[in-house]
Amino acid sequence: MDIGQVVEHASRLAAEAAKLAASAGKLASETAPLAASQGPIGDPFLSLFTVFVLACFVGFYVVWSVTPALHSPLMSVTNAISSVIVVGGLLAAGPQEMNFAKVMGFLAVTLASVNIFGGFIVTQRMLGMFKKKAKKP
Amino acid sequence: MSASLSGFAYLIASVLFILALRGLSSPESARTGNMFGVAGMVVAVVATLADPGVLSFGMIVLAILIGGSIGTVVALKINMTALPQLVAAFHSLVGLAAVFVAAAAFHNPEAFAIGVPGRIMTASVIELSLGTAIGAVTFSGSVIAFAKLQGIMSGAPIVFSGQHKLNAAIGAVIAVLIVVLIFSQSGSVFWLLVLFSFLIGFLLIVPIGGADMPVVVSMLNSYSGWAAAGIGFTLSNPALIIVGALVGSSGAILSYIMCKGMNRSIVNVLLGGFGGVAAGPAAAGGAGDRGVKSGGAEDAAFLLSNAAKVIIVPGYGMAVAQAQHALREMADRLKAAGCEVRYAIHPVAGRMPGHMNVLLAEANVPYDEVFELEEINHEFATADVAYVIGANDVTNPAAKSDPKSPIYGMPVLDVEKAKAVLFIKRSMASGYAGVDNELFFRGNTMMLFGDAKKMTEEIVAALGS
Repeated sequence: MDIGQVVEHASRLAAEAAKLAASAGKLASETAPLAASQGPIGDPFLSLFTVFVLACFVGFYVVWSVTPALHSPLMSVTNAISSVIVVGGLLAAGPQEMNFAKVMGFLAVTLASVNIFGGFIVTQRMLGMFKKKAKKP
Repeated sequence: MSASLSGFAYLIASVLFILALRGLSSPESARTGNMFGVAGMVVAVVATLADPGVLSFGMIVLAILIGGSIGTVVALKINMTALPQLVAAFHSLVGLAAVFVAAAAFHNPEAFAIGVPGRIMTASVIELSLGTAIGAVTFSGSVIAFAKLQGIMSGAPIVFSGQHKLNAAIGAVIAVLIVVLIFSQSGSVFWLLVLFSFLIGFLLIVPIGGADMPVVVSMLNSYSGWAAAGIGFTLSNPALIIVGALVGSSGAILSYIMCKGMNRSIVNVLLGGFGGVAAGPAAAGGAGDRGVKSGGAEDAAFLLSNAAKVIIVPGYGMAVAQAQHALREMADRLKAAGCEVRYAIHPVAGRMPGHMNVLLAEANVPYDEVFELEEINHEFATADVAYVIGANDVTNPAAKSDPKSPIYGMPVLDVEKAKAVLFIKRSMASGYAGVDNELFFRGNTMMLFGDAKKMTEEIVAALGS
């Protein structure tokens, strides 16, 4: 194979690559609006489900690192934060007009508030008791 | 607030919630962690209140005031011994709140942007019905757990014939109702679903005995998380989904740890009936023909005052007798006399995970004197006295030696390896598992019959003289 042939091959390859790059660019510009309209992953359920599964893994590793001595506070604090369900109650109780859904929302916000305040305060009380060195009387 | 701005706020809230749990890896960082949790909640609530759909604030403020003051008063007043039932009660509220949110979404889907009444998006109906069912089970199950822990209801398992078949039938009805709901979107089907889910929640928890409550409370903790996640899918709210997943896996891990502490499978616990009438035969032969050595506070004080190393093993009986303060006083006397005092906690001691640690902390026991089973088990061999107060089955050597014992294979504290064992007990009655503890009959064991608190106080008095 002489040098001329190699050069010819190389230039042909370069031309092919340029053509491919151009069509890839065209494809990207054509699909961009489509992708934008559908969000990063497309199906909204799928993206929420991705969040859910990843959060399960985060929970798994974070909870295993909790010291067993603090398992009671762990329960009360998880109980408090699971009351973030209050956001659903707020949306239901938010609209101007009075209806059944608004009553349900009111009840949900009341119950969740008991939990939020109760859960965080009882956790703080518990954690306040854990002290390292005994005080010498 | 624009959608992307509120989405960002929910992301911040989620990160704060993760940090709140991460803080619990050590007692020093835990208090900061709890504050992260509070901050996360504030961010999430403010972001929701700024939603364009939220226009009237009167009822919301009223609800927060009512709920907030009830929660605050209860949390400040509650006795630490009653912690397990408080947590069970709180779980029931999360479950019920999930049901209410689902009902609101079903009757006014426009407020949640999931469709119009009768024509809600199918995916949303599926998520909604799962959230409702799990929420309702969490509610009724927690109510039963609360009643058992509070003593309103007997802690004994309630079993009847055909129980599991009945539960399976109700489970099937719930599945059918969910399918019907997806196609009909009828309000009455929705409430039927709620009703049957309440029913199965009751039925699932009644056969489970009092000492299995640590598993039940953890499991309901897990359920409350999955219910929140289900509602989170309906609302397309990532913060709610993330929190639900965190709480759900946290409860699942705690249930697993509790089951491992009893060497039982979760299925075995859930099928229930453990520690009821069935556990008779093992207890029949024991107590009559073998002698036990028993002593009084003076004898115990003598043994303790000559000991260089004492390991205290607290159990649920200590919580019932409220003996933790007297116990700490005794430990203080011993430490002042140069004795090394440590505490050994079995994973299932008490009625919820970590309950003993909180009670000891409440009595001002420094947490660096308190150890878990694996950390301290090898130290019993070098201890002069093991002081067992209110624990029983978790010290039974039969779990290691007798394959016929119902508790065989359960990890136990090796108290019998200490030079002397002081075992405080009200009577010779067997423990929760219904088995005799052969520890009572060992030569190095001295039984101290009496109330845990009174006996400990008498020992303190005897030590002081």
